[in-house]
Amino acid sequence: MVTPRALEHEFETQDLMINMGPQHPSTHGVFRMVLTIDGEVVRDVVPYVGYMHRGAEKLCETMDYRQGIGYMDRTEYLANFNAELSYVMAVEKLLDIDVPERAQWIRMILCELNRISSHFMFTGAFGTDVGVFGTAFTYSFIQREIVQDLFEEITGDRLMYAYFRPGGLAWEVTDNFVARVHEVLADMRQGVIDIDGLLTHNEIFVARTKGVGYISGQDAIDYGMSGPALRASGVDLDIRKAEPYLYYDQIDFDVPLGEHGDVYDRFVLRVEEIRQSIRIVEQCIERLQPGPIQPERMPRMLRTPPGEVYIRTEAPRGEYGIYLVSKGGNRPYRLKIRSACLSNLQALKHMTVGQYVADAVIVLGSIDIVLCEVDR
Amino acid sequence: MNYDLFGLELNVWVDALIRVLLIVGFMTVSVMGLIYIERKILARFQRRLGPTRTGPMGLLQSLADALKLIGKEDLRPKSADPWTFEFAPYVVFIPVFLGFVIVPFLFGWQVRVIELGLLYFVATSSVNIVGWVMAGWGSDNRYAMIGGMRAAAQGISYELPLVLALLAVAMIASSLNLQEIVSAQGRVPFVVWQPLAFFIFFVAALAEMNRPPFDIPIGESEVVGGPFVEYSGFRWSVFFLAEYAALFILSAIGAAVFLGGWAWPLGEELGRGWQLILMSAKTGMLIFLVFWVRASVPRLRIDQLMGYSWKVLLPLALAQVLVNGAVLVYDWPKQVLLVTGVMGLLALFWVTERAVRQPRTRPAMTIAQSEAAS
Repeated sequence: MVTPRALEHEFETQDLMINMGPQHPSTHGVFRMVLTIDGEVVRDVVPYVGYMHRGAEKLCETMDYRQGIGYMDRTEYLANFNAELSYVMAVEKLLDIDVPERAQWIRMILCELNRISSHFMFTGAFGTDVGVFGTAFTYSFIQREIVQDLFEEITGDRLMYAYFRPGGLAWEVTDNFVARVHEVLADMRQGVIDIDGLLTHNEIFVARTKGVGYISGQDAIDYGMSGPALRASGVDLDIRKAEPYLYYDQIDFDVPLGEHGDVYDRFVLRVEEIRQSIRIVEQCIERLQPGPIQPERMPRMLRTPPGEVYIRTEAPRGEYGIYLVSKGGNRPYRLKIRSACLSNLQALKHMTVGQYVADAVIVLGSIDIVLCEVDR
Repeated sequence: MNYDLFGLELNVWVDALIRVLLIVGFMTVSVMGLIYIERKILARFQRRLGPTRTGPMGLLQSLADALKLIGKEDLRPKSADPWTFEFAPYVVFIPVFLGFVIVPFLFGWQVRVIELGLLYFVATSSVNIVGWVMAGWGSDNRYAMIGGMRAAAQGISYELPLVLALLAVAMIASSLNLQEIVSAQGRVPFVVWQPLAFFIFFVAALAEMNRPPFDIPIGESEVVGGPFVEYSGFRWSVFFLAEYAALFILSAIGAAVFLGGWAWPLGEELGRGWQLILMSAKTGMLIFLVFWVRASVPRLRIDQLMGYSWKVLLPLALAQVLVNGAVLVYDWPKQVLLVTGVMGLLALFWVTERAVRQPRTRPAMTIAQSEAAS
């Protein structure tokens, strides 16, 4: 006779552990997570980071302030200008120098264009995660390519720009800069429409992403999340509004907020941010006046007074902070990068447990991590 | 019994051998063509060019790929189950190719005219699920196993709506012989009388072929190729061949059963050339539709996939069979079929739309809850 207890024993199933990454198509780089799954449902997630660790912070301590700029590009390779901006602003604050107006406006334009290209990268990669075979990817990448062409014309490099300098910019932008920016913006507007048509209103996409990977605003704050991933949970924190830097206080733009804190909100919010960035660039371009791009007198070698400074800016993935300690001399005593991706990644377990395996992939995609920034 | 092939009087075995060689030869060539066309069409959807380098307009790309695959080493993981692993590709391949026997290309042109052709097709085509599970189980890889299990669940669930949709048409045509089904359509193809059945057939066929949005077993971004993860070289290419052969066969059968095959709209007394053009245009249209869907939709999740089959497609397919039965028994006019079919289609779209717009915030299970459950 079969007792209920024996039956229970008979139908008991064993959890399966699968190792996702570091070589997996949807971990966006060398990220590894060990999933414990019960059938198709995720019971536990253990993320492993650090495969990409190159010691960027330590390296910056061994070289002078201008040489450190290149390393910022290498930590955040999808939003290089935003990363450079935090660094040069930290150095400027230590040195206490004023940046000419034209340089600030150009910095704003480049940072917002970089945000656009970074978010397009997200829509493409996320489309692939959800399972669109390449179409979202190519449509997004064409937009990113257009922005990168502009950056290449200005800086001479496609990925590692190293264009911002403490005090201003490395050199003047190209003569046709304004016309080129207008061209790029026209393409971006079309790109947003394309992505909306392909993904945002697609029934299967909506069914896959709505209600998945939920995190409440309070939980998001507790995990130290920032950027679009935080705002999708309804927390109104955008450093461009909260602590305006550059000339963001003179510009009229909205901060989109999500209501439900799920994957769909995080996606839609980023698409909306592309629209807002287009608005910002439009206004910046109008106010761009001829003028110097470097202060009159800049020392050949930057020597900072002793002190410490923390600068945070709103990068496409969240708060990108630089903590800089100087004990005098021409190189930092300590440099700490506050990575938005690393903090956002902490919430992965919270958002994934209890969902399906396929959802684990899109939740990870919706955080929009850059492994170079996580591991530094 | 007819053993005459092209009018030749042949021994049974020679005849069979020639037919088998014809099937395999034709399918291999047409699969290579299909792969080339798919790559070109997908590239156009994605603002790319597709293959351009190998041969004129990249025409030889498929051939080059095939040669490369045959030349590759046939790897088998040390821990894999040898028999299961090595036989799985053929268990997938052979049932698919068996379906080729009853594809009605032209009038009287069929590898074999079988009185119960449609039954034969649905019976053989579903065997390949066993091969998928074998591949997933035998590889001794956890991704492959998840993929194999998904394939089994999906294949079994979508077999039912597919069979019922075909059954609905067979009822109206009063035959299971595909030649007779084509002839029975006359002036109006069955897609007009059975729009709901056609839609269900198309969706279920997509799932049977593991094509997007139902490519869950091989989901590239989740299980990295599923059951095929450990396969390489020739065995992998056999899987590939089977996938595209299934695409061709299902499209051809869809064209014959729902779109009037080689007859509609030009009538039955046509030359072979016209029949060929009609049949390939209809098959090509369905294949193009499959590629189009692949280029534009994301993948469903496994629970949504199962729910769609059991809660939406299957009840509607059953309802369609019921309506057809009533029409046959009570001799109602054919227009009833059209009206109910369109109504069923609208109901299907409404249910789908409603499923998509369901309320949102389903809070994730907390970690504590999950630990309690496991």
